[in-house]
Amino acid sequence: MLGEGILKGMAETAKNFAGSFVSKERLTTVEYPEERIAPAENARVFPFLVYDSENWEKGLRCVACQICEKECPPKCIYIDKSKDKKPDYVGKQQFYPTRFDIDISVCMSCQICVEVCPFEAIKMDTQFELATDDRFGGLLLDREQLAKSNEYYHELHPTEAAEVDARLAEEKAKVEAKAKATEAAAAKAAADAAAKTAAPASPTQAKPEGGQD
Amino acid sequence: MTAPTVLTGLPDSGLAATDHSDGWNRPPIIEPDGEGELLEVAMGPHHPSTHGVFRMDVALDGERVIRLKPVFGYLHRNHEKIAEGASYLASMPYTDRLDYFCSLTNNWAFALSVEKLVGQDVPERAEYIRVILAELTRIQNHASTIGFLTQEMGASGTPLMYAFREREKILDLFEELTGSRMMCNYMRFGGCRVDMSAAHLASARKIVAGLPGFIDEFEALLSTNEILMARCQGIGKLRPELAINAGISGPMLRASGVDYDIRKVDHYGIYDRFKFRVPLGDHGDVYDRYMVRVLEMRESVTILEQALKDIPAGPIMDPKSKIRGFRPKPGEAYGRIEAPKGELGFYLISDGTPNPYRYRVRPPSLINLTVLEDMCLGESVADVVVIFGSVDIVLGEVDR
Repeated sequence: MLGEGILKGMAETAKNFAGSFVSKERLTTVEYPEERIAPAENARVFPFLVYDSENWEKGLRCVACQICEKECPPKCIYIDKSKDKKPDYVGKQQFYPTRFDIDISVCMSCQICVEVCPFEAIKMDTQFELATDDRFGGLLLDREQLAKSNEYYHELHPTEAAEVDARLAEEKAKVEAKAKATEAAAAKAAADAAAKTAAPASPTQAKPEGGQD
Repeated sequence: MTAPTVLTGLPDSGLAATDHSDGWNRPPIIEPDGEGELLEVAMGPHHPSTHGVFRMDVALDGERVIRLKPVFGYLHRNHEKIAEGASYLASMPYTDRLDYFCSLTNNWAFALSVEKLVGQDVPERAEYIRVILAELTRIQNHASTIGFLTQEMGASGTPLMYAFREREKILDLFEELTGSRMMCNYMRFGGCRVDMSAAHLASARKIVAGLPGFIDEFEALLSTNEILMARCQGIGKLRPELAINAGISGPMLRASGVDYDIRKVDHYGIYDRFKFRVPLGDHGDVYDRYMVRVLEMRESVTILEQALKDIPAGPIMDPKSKIRGFRPKPGEAYGRIEAPKGELGFYLISDGTPNPYRYRVRPPSLINLTVLEDMCLGESVADVVVIFGSVDIVLGEVDR
């Protein structure tokens, strides 16, 4: 019969229309500014810099190695390396960035900077409401705007952040153990050296004694 | 064959006047029947039916199309040259932007050709993850293609919204897994970036369980609809000889009745482990292209069910693979996969430096578009829109 297919299709739409009143699953959209769907845990928008402790400037994990700057596909990261050094999370003296800018009008959210960073210093944010009327200054984020605390990172990506923290703690423990070992070794070596110097010291000491004789 | 007459008042496009009698079997050049002048219309670049910025310069005799010249390049972004200046890894996010509906299959094609270039193995689990994601990509691409096709016939969005509702679920999974809905940047040379957790697999299983119902609903909505049949059947016929000669691939080629699916021919990845059929069309018209896509979605569901059942535990990255300092030995490789739109291939030449010496994309959208004029000659203007929609192109891939 002509028109049967159309009626069949109409029945399908009618089913969905009526269903949307009773079934929550058939309502697939939300009223955006009032209602929001929380972003997925792995969601990524633009990068930010992680810092530990209270002070963002001192606690910045970035050591200005410039790997992300080199690997960034659209080349939207600009880093200036410092002249002096400051201690990092394990207490090792490292350089730090005097300038770390990301042009988020160029950034394409590919996450390659996060992948290549050996220091877990750069991570992806989920903040997407970044509209601004200042096209140049407003979209070029400097290191102060980019710096976010480790707690913030934990809020965004809890599982990933826990893994990173465990890894960093392990590294730190290793470094500390190594430092302790080297310290102990150094102390032992010093003691040995002292003992050695002490041992031949007695004949030398004896000699003058003998000389005195 | 005599040289076709040059039509009055029209600049020669050079396409219609070429003598293709040696095996091309082009349709006869249509000569205007009535009196009066031909009308030249530029459809696009901002025509709503063109899926982006694309222009068709058509010459009309009344309603009939006498000549059609596709004009593209509005979205040219220098993809290949950028890739030749970037490292292999840095090209991966750019491949997302080729066919932005199916970024995961683009990733796979590029990863596959680099793996061929360096002779790298991919762990079992990663291969399964790739198959799962590629088939989900195929389903969401075909569903939205059909949605756009019906919208171009005048169905004001209902089938498209049904397709998008299903696509939304798949994209939610992509976001949970890869971090991004469309620009996934997920596959790496020798594996995948993050592992599919038990929660991801559970939500994938839930999506796949709902898919047959969705396809049934979609078919009830469209397949026997008289308006769709009247608009699609017998329109835009593509003969198999021409399809083969022009290098057409994907659902368009199979709708013309040519049994050629790279998943079956090349067995790339682990596709030889799955049982699935390759749907073929009979007439090569728009309705066959629609039907082949629906049936392919059903076959994809069976592949997904098998893959989700068999997925083994294990690593997802080849331990030998490096993220930084990746320098393949000098050589060349061509890797190709059956992307939702057709054969997507990457041809790479390495000279031993971190950047490829030559990087070439074989895009299915562009090559499927080359027969547009042959399909449209003699049809009416309204059918041109439908035929163009049935080719299934994305301008990001055509212009690159």
